[in-house]
Amino acid sequence: MEKHITAPMTKETAVTLSAGDYVYISGTIYTARDAAHKRMFETLKEGEQLPIDLENNIIYYLGPTPAREGKVIGSAGPTTSSRMDKYAPTLLDMGQAGMIGKGKRSEEVIKSMVKNQAVYFAAVGGAGALLSKCIKKAEVIAYEDLGTEAIRKLEVENLPVIVVIDSKGQNLYETAIDEYLKTL
Amino acid sequence: MRTIHTDEIVKNIKEMCIQANYYLSPDMESAIKSAKEQENSALGKQILGQLCENMNIAKEDQIPICQDTGMAIVFLKVGQDVHFEGQNITDAINEGVRQGYQEGYLRKSVVNDPLLRVNTKDNTPAIIHYEIIPGENVEITVAPKGFGSENMSRVFMLKPADGAEGVKKSVIQAVKDAGPNACPPMVVGVGIGGDFEKSAIMAKTALTRDVDKESPLPHIAQMEKELLSELNQLGIGPAGLGGKTTVLKVNIETFATHIAGLPMAVNICCHVNRHVKRTL
Repeated sequence: MEKHITAPMTKETAVTLSAGDYVYISGTIYTARDAAHKRMFETLKEGEQLPIDLENNIIYYLGPTPAREGKVIGSAGPTTSSRMDKYAPTLLDMGQAGMIGKGKRSEEVIKSMVKNQAVYFAAVGGAGALLSKCIKKAEVIAYEDLGTEAIRKLEVENLPVIVVIDSKGQNLYETAIDEYLKTL
Repeated sequence: MRTIHTDEIVKNIKEMCIQANYYLSPDMESAIKSAKEQENSALGKQILGQLCENMNIAKEDQIPICQDTGMAIVFLKVGQDVHFEGQNITDAINEGVRQGYQEGYLRKSVVNDPLLRVNTKDNTPAIIHYEIIPGENVEITVAPKGFGSENMSRVFMLKPADGAEGVKKSVIQAVKDAGPNACPPMVVGVGIGGDFEKSAIMAKTALTRDVDKESPLPHIAQMEKELLSELNQLGIGPAGLGGKTTVLKVNIETFATHIAGLPMAVNICCHVNRHVKRTL
């Protein structure tokens, strides 16, 4: 089913999304990948404040290429999500509502998603030029020293993603292949 | 004896890094387009359509096809009658990578130490494979490699008794395990024989062969075809969301090996299989 949602995303919206939905996201989202996750995790361990409020926010696992002069951002597709699995449950417990990436997630992450009513979206890997067109504003707001891995605040318009794991734990990666093979 | 100034190497490596990241080679472009025509899953077809559109945007806007512009893998075949003048050849290659990734607005994805992990901020050092060949030419291949798919690659130390069936089983296992993480449709590079590291280097070299060319060895060309057909029956499909197009091509390289062994490696590449070649 095709749906349009606004980010930040409330729990009320999150629970209406089902695995397999084709969703266009508009609004404000944040980027963070390996190094930023590691640093956020360590910050929390030391009992300090994170540089962003996670409540209802969607994090895009992205490290973009540099923007040309006059452009908002460079190529901007998803990175493999499983590398963030170690950190994701802690962030979901803090209110993070969604994740955009690609590839499988661990059992721990899926359990935490169900507990916290969060959603995992996949963007099409390797379509970074196309996806960059949906990003209208980009600003580094923390961890600038990490370069491409810094935390960026993005304004997006109709960013196309697919719900892979929904807030009930239904997993499109588990079902889509069997469904397809049945059609043959 | 022919003298080549290393400035020529710097210039060519720089241009090739940029070219590889903005323009998918014609063999890859036509493989993706023809997969889109043949895909029988509606979502799969839509995703392949996005990949075609993505290639066009990359060309028109001069923006990388994928944000993972890779670690720069450089194969340099140097004619034994060539004399390099200027700087150290390894420094020249790294200078070309530095300039290409800077001037081409490519992502700097390399960290200085695998455990300390501080970004080198210029995408150096490159991974360089040198080979001495007859003659007085220099053949350069630049193949920027993304790590979403690199992470799903494997080395298997099989037994001679495992034979061709064991090899095929291992390739299929690697592709199944890679699933959606490696950004399917994938190109699968396989190295069979040699020793532990030779098999891995052959698997990487296999990815640099155009996907419209088969192995010159009849039994290997046959295995490439059989594997392609079997892998595309797995149903993984574009982005791992179901479909016919899981793998665009299987390329296999082989080498002699020891009586006691059957080493093999599977180097998986996403659909952004970048490889640019030039001869100086």
